[in-house]
Amino acid sequence: MTLASQLIQYLFTGLTLGSIYALVALGFTMIYNATGIINLAQGEFVMLGGLIMVFCTMILKLPLFLGFVLTIIGVTLVGILFERLAIHPLKNASLITLIMITLAGSILFRGVAMFLWGKDPYALPPFSGSRPVHFLGATIQLQIFWILAITLLAVLGIGFFFNRTLAGKAMIACAFNPLAAGLVGINVRRMVLFSFGLSAGVGAIAGAIITPITLMEYDRGPLLGLKGFAAAVLGGLGSGVGSIVAGFIIGILESMGAGLISSGYKDAIALVVLLLILWVKPSGLFGSAEESELKKF
Amino acid sequence: MRKSDYYPILLMALAVILFPLLGGGNGYFISLLVFMGINGIISMGLSLLMGYAGQISLGHAAFYGIGAYSSGILTTKYSFHPVGAFFIGILFSALIAFLVGKPTLRLKGHYMAVATLGFGEILFIFFNELSPLTGGPSGLSGIPPLTFFGHLLEGTAYLYLVWGFVIFLLLFSLNVINSRVGRALRAVHGSELAANAMGVDASRYKVQVFVLSAIYASMAGSLYAHFVTFISPSSFSLMFSILLLMMVVVGGTETIWGALLGATVLTLLPEYLRGLEDFEVLAYGAILMGVLLFMPRGILQGIRGLLGKRGEVGVPSP
Repeated sequence: MTLASQLIQYLFTGLTLGSIYALVALGFTMIYNATGIINLAQGEFVMLGGLIMVFCTMILKLPLFLGFVLTIIGVTLVGILFERLAIHPLKNASLITLIMITLAGSILFRGVAMFLWGKDPYALPPFSGSRPVHFLGATIQLQIFWILAITLLAVLGIGFFFNRTLAGKAMIACAFNPLAAGLVGINVRRMVLFSFGLSAGVGAIAGAIITPITLMEYDRGPLLGLKGFAAAVLGGLGSGVGSIVAGFIIGILESMGAGLISSGYKDAIALVVLLLILWVKPSGLFGSAEESELKKF
Repeated sequence: MRKSDYYPILLMALAVILFPLLGGGNGYFISLLVFMGINGIISMGLSLLMGYAGQISLGHAAFYGIGAYSSGILTTKYSFHPVGAFFIGILFSALIAFLVGKPTLRLKGHYMAVATLGFGEILFIFFNELSPLTGGPSGLSGIPPLTFFGHLLEGTAYLYLVWGFVIFLLLFSLNVINSRVGRALRAVHGSELAANAMGVDASRYKVQVFVLSAIYASMAGSLYAHFVTFISPSSFSLMFSILLLMMVVVGGTETIWGALLGATVLTLLPEYLRGLEDFEVLAYGAILMGVLLFMPRGILQGIRGLLGKRGEVGVPSP
C-alpha cells in the first residue's frame, strides 16, 4: 500500500471511531448541561445498545430497522429508570456523590450485562453486504458509511430538537440557568429526566452501529466512556457542536497515531493532545473563558 | 489533632496490635489487612484533597504506580536499597504532582480532574510500553521483600509495618487539618474570594495538598511492591483511581476517618462477594448504589445519623 492509500485507510478508521466518540461526547454534554453531573455510566449505554441490538436481531430475528428502533427505545428506558431510581431521589447530595452514583450505576449495568450475556464478545453482521469497497487502494467496509450516515442523522435530529422544539429549547434554558428556567415555568427536574433518556438513546445508537465492526462485550463501556469524556472536555464541556468536532478530532488522531507511530501509544497520543490544548486554552476548543468560570465541576 | 480524636486513634492502634492474633497467622487474612492498610493510606491522601481542597483526582493510581515501579525497578535492576528507592519514588511523585497541579489548580472547575485523568492514562500506557524497564504488560517480578536488620519482614511483621504507616500518616493528616494549611483550606472552602481577600493564597495551598496526597499514594505503592514482590500495570489503571475515589465517598469526605472506613469496606466487600461468581459484579454495583443512595454523605455520617449524633464533624463536603 502506498502512503496515500494508507492515509485514506486511517482517515476512514478515524472517522468511524470519531463518530462513536462524538455520540458518546454528545451524551455526556447533554447530562452535564442539565445537571452538572459527569455521567460515568455513559459508556455502559453504548455497551447496552450493542448487546440489545444483538439480542433483537440475532436472537429474536427481528428485521434490522425494527431491532434498531427497539434498541434505542430499550436503552432510553434504562436511562430514564436510572434517573428516576438513582439520581432523582437525592435532592441535596453533593455533585461528587452523584458522580459516584453514576459510577455505581455503571458497575451495576456491567454486572447485569455480564449476567445476561456472559463474558464473551458478540458479533453482529454488517447492516448491508460484508464485501468491502476499494477506494484509491484503501479497503473500506460498507458499515463505515452506515455509521457516518446514522451519526449525521442523529446529530441533525438532535440539532433540530434543541433548536426547533419547545422541549429542546427548555433544556437549553435549564443548561444556561436552572433557577431562571424554573421561574419561567419550565419543569427543571423533568428536563433532567429528559437529558438522561436522550443521552441513553444516543449511546444506544452508537452501540448498535459500532458492534458490526468492533464486536461488543459487557466490559467495553469504560474505555468508550473515557474517550467520549475526553472529547466532551476538548470540545469545551457543555458545547454540543464542540463535542462532535472534538470527537472526530480524537478519533482521527487516534487512528493516525496508531497507524503511523505506534499502536501501543495510540491512547496516549489523543490524551497528550487533549492536555496540550487544555494547557493553551483551558476552556476547550469551543468553550468560552467566562463560561468556564461559572462551571460547577 | 483534636482531643476527640485521641480515643479512636488509641482504639485503632490497639486493634492493629490485636487483630493479627485473631486470624492466627492465616496468610490470606493477613494479606487482606495489609491491602486494607495500603488502600487506607492512599484514600487518606485523597480525602485531604477532596474534603479540604475540594478537588478530585482521577490519577492517583498513577502515583501509586510510580511508587511501586520506583521501588520495583530500582531494587531489581539497579540494586538500590529499598529505603532509597522508597524516597526516590516519593520525590518523583511529588515532582510530577507539582508539575500537574501547579497549572491546573489555578483554574476553577474540572481541569484538575481532566489533567489527572490524562496524566494517569499516559503513565498507565508507559507502564505497559516501556517493557525494558517495567516488564510491560506481563509485569515486573522478583522485587525483594523488605528486611529489618537481617530479619525478613513478612506476614504479621509486614502488617505492623503497613499499619504503622497508616497510624503515623493518620496522625500527620489530622495535624495538617488543624495547622495553618488546614485552616487556610477550610477558609477557601467557605469562600475562596473571602479567603483570597484575607491574603490566603488558595492555589498554593491546594498544590501543597495535592503533592502531599501524591506522596501518600507513592508510599503505598512502595509498600505494595515489596509485599507482593510482583507488579503489573493492571493494578494501576484508571479503574483503580476511580475505586479510590469511591472509597473516600463511600466512607465520607468530611473526615479522614471516613476515608479509612471506606478503604476498609471496599477492600473487604469484593472478597465477601467472590463466592457469588456470576453475580459478583452485579451485587457489588448494587451495594455501592444502595450505600450512596441511603447514605449520600458516606457511611460514617450515616452511622452517626442513626445514632442521633449530628453535626460537629469537620467541614462540609464539597
